[in-house]
Formats: sequence, structure tokens, C-alpha cells
Amino acid sequence: MRLLALLVLLGPVLALRLATTTSVYDSGLLDRLLEAFFRETGVRVQVLAVGTGQALRLAERKDVDAVLVHAPSLEREALAQGTTAEPYCLAQNAFLLAGPEADPARVREAESVLEALRRIAAQKAPFVSRGDRSGTHLKELELWEKTGLKPQGPWYLESGAGMGQTLVLAAEKGAYTLTDLATFLTVGKKRGLKALYTREDPLLLNQYAFHLVPGSPGEGEARRLRAFLASEEAARIVAGLRVEGTPLFTPLRGRCVFPLRP
Amino acid sequence: MPPAEVLEIALRSLAVAGGATLLAALFGVPLGLWLALRGGGGAWGRVLLYSGLALPSVVVGLLFYLLLSRSGPLGFLNLLYTPWAMVLAEATLAFPLIAAFVLSGARGRVEEVRLLVRSLGGKERHVLPTLLAESRRTLAAALAAGFGGAISEVGAATLVGGDIRHHTRVLTTAIVVETRMGELQAALALGAVLLGIALLVTAFLVILERE
Repeated sequence: MRLLALLVLLGPVLALRLATTTSVYDSGLLDRLLEAFFRETGVRVQVLAVGTGQALRLAERKDVDAVLVHAPSLEREALAQGTTAEPYCLAQNAFLLAGPEADPARVREAESVLEALRRIAAQKAPFVSRGDRSGTHLKELELWEKTGLKPQGPWYLESGAGMGQTLVLAAEKGAYTLTDLATFLTVGKKRGLKALYTREDPLLLNQYAFHLVPGSPGEGEARRLRAFLASEEAARIVAGLRVEGTPLFTPLRGRCVFPLRP
Repeated sequence: MPPAEVLEIALRSLAVAGGATLLAALFGVPLGLWLALRGGGGAWGRVLLYSGLALPSVVVGLLFYLLLSRSGPLGFLNLLYTPWAMVLAEATLAFPLIAAFVLSGARGRVEEVRLLVRSLGGKERHVLPTLLAESRRTLAAALAAGFGGAISEVGAATLVGGDIRHHTRVLTTAIVVETRMGELQAALALGAVLLGIALLVTAFLVILERE
């Protein structure tokens, strides 16, 4: 019966379309939130798991009704241009540097994330960059810029892939990479990568925000989803998602750590 | 991944690739036969058709994305990120495959069939349907090639389908997701399911051909 119901959904039903980053999708957070939203409202949400850059491009073309993204600088641009509107800061977690157990650049001993990156560059230890204009990629570029270094050379690999696949690549190459906590715990750990630089650092904060796409056909439903995400139930779901006892996200309840509005 | 979801994804793959193959055959088979009747359509015709075999699926996907996007010329159809969009893109990819197979298979038999039709008192317009009936084996190979191309394709399926769970996720895009999440065994298992489907469909075509 359930299968039959699923097959009926094959048809071109007009449902709410949400573009999001691979990190919230692959960690399973979105599945839980959207299941609860469906139980409450009966609205199906179709999820496109892409990078933040691509998600905002899709919003620009009105191919999606809402986005859940994590690149404050790009988000401010999109808001200023009217591509997206009414951002709601949903959750935060931290970026961390993952790498091989042997830690050839001795990132474990670094005092700050910038020093850790400088050590990697000085050693020319392999480092995998997402290279796809995703939120994580932009964060990585911002950090390199702050170190004053230009990462290039055979040790600097650009994967052009999602976070999970990038972690798999880093594990295979014995390379370092910048990753969000959620995907690291769900994917990277399984593949034998170690969390090497995990200190609390404002530079490594990762903020996820939900935006509406004004003028898209599903704007009304998107507004209902926004209201649901602002509910206490959604915050509980965000806080409750754990891998081996470690919470993956902290709910922000609309209080942005990085301001999105000018 | 729960078995019900694997079944759902496998059935969707079958439906999308099957639909694409039928749509492509609707145009590809007549084109192949028509070119065969005209002595192969000339060198340029063949070059053009055979170049279609090299159509990159991501480029086809990109073109259909731009066409079907809400800000594209066919955006009002609301087809982007639906299985129908995937059928269109995959049919475009399967079309040259089917036409080329039919052409190369039927070309050698044209004169033989023409003589046969004339000796039985038929007209030139009867040659094409007879050629079709006489090219059953070629047709089976052409459909198998078209179906194989469509079901194993991932670039266009991702771009115009969006890999939406319970809506446009098919075997190839599911393999990408599982690989991305590091679930390599699940990805491999899905690959085996895909090969199994291809085997069943091809077996079905071969049985049809022998009837």
C-alpha cells in the first residue's frame, strides 16, 4: 500500500521544492524535520541536495521555493538582490579540520585554525578542497585568505564534489580537509579520518539559514515550512540529532550568529 | 536503505528508462529505416547521426534544464525536476543510439527487401513496413542499446530530475548519493540491481525477437 502511494507520487505533483546543502541532507537532519512537517501539514517537500552556491542560483531562476544554506556572505548578496527573503537562522555547528591519523603537518598541536592551515601549506601535506562554491568551500577560502597564503600546487586537490565524497577522497589520499561536524561524524569517521583541529573558534562557526524565494509558485507552502522550522518542535529535532552521543547541530531559534541583513 | 525504497527506485528507473526508450524509438526507428532506404542518408547524414552517439549526457541535461527551468522558454509546463523531464532528456540521448542501430542493421537488407516486395507486386511505399518486419533482430538490439543508454545515465538525470527522494531518485542517482555518504556497500548493491534490470529487459527483448 505504501509503495502504491509512493508510485502515485511519480506524477508531476506540485509540491514545495527546497534546495539545500549536501551537509544537512547527508546527515539526516532534513529527513527528520520534513517528516515532522509532513505529519503536521500534509505538505510534501522535495529536496534538492546541492551546494549553497548552486542552491542560490536555483533560487535566482525560481526553480525552487526555498533554500536552506550556510554561506552568510552569499546569503547577504542574495537578500540584497531580492533573490531570497525572510531568512531564519535554524541551526549552527562547527567546522573542523579532519585528516589522517599520522597527522604529518602536526595540526593537532596548532594553536589556531590559521596556524593549522599554515602548517599544512608549509609541509605541502595533501589537502582536499571542495572547489564547488559551497558554503564549506567559501569558508575554506575565507580561512586561507586570512592566513595570507594562496593554496596551490600538487598538494592542493579540488574535488568538485559534495562533502561526503570529499571526505571519502581525503581518506583515500591521506589528505586533510575542512568539513562540517555533521558530515564528518556520519561519513568521515567511518572512513578512518580523524578530527584533528576541533577547538572552539569563532572562525569555524557554521550557520544554517532558511530563506524564502519571493515570487516562486510554492511561496505559501514555503512560509508554512518557515513557521514550522521556527517552532519549538523543530528546535527539539535539531538538538536531538546525535551520532554516537555527539549532537550534530545546535538550534539557533532565529538568533543569527552571523548577521544576514545589512 | 529499506527494501521498499530500493524497489521503488528500481521501478522508477525501469519506468523512466523504458518510457525514454519507447519515446526515442517512436522517432529513431522510422528515421533509421528512412535513412536506410535512401542508401544510408549520405556520408554527412551518417556523420551527423553517429556523432549523436557521443552526445554527453550532462550537456543534454544542461540544455533541458535551461529549457524547462521556470525562467526558461518551457518553464510554464512545470516539468523541471519531474520524472517526465528525465524521460525527455534520456529519450534525446537514446534517440541517436536507436536510429544508428536501425540504420546499420537495415541498410544491408534494403535491396533484398525491395526486390522481394516488387516480386510480390508491392509498391515502393510497402518497402518500409516490410523492412521493419524483416529487421526484428536489429530492432531488439537497437532497443537494448537505447534502454541501456537511458538506464545507466546519471548526468542528465541529476540535472533535470534533481535526485529528489520518492520523486525523481533513480538507481544511478541513488548510487551517487550512497557513494557520497560513504555507504559504498549499499551503492554497490544498487549497481547490482541496475545490472539485474538491464539483464531482464534485454532477455525480454531477445525473447520477443525470436517469436
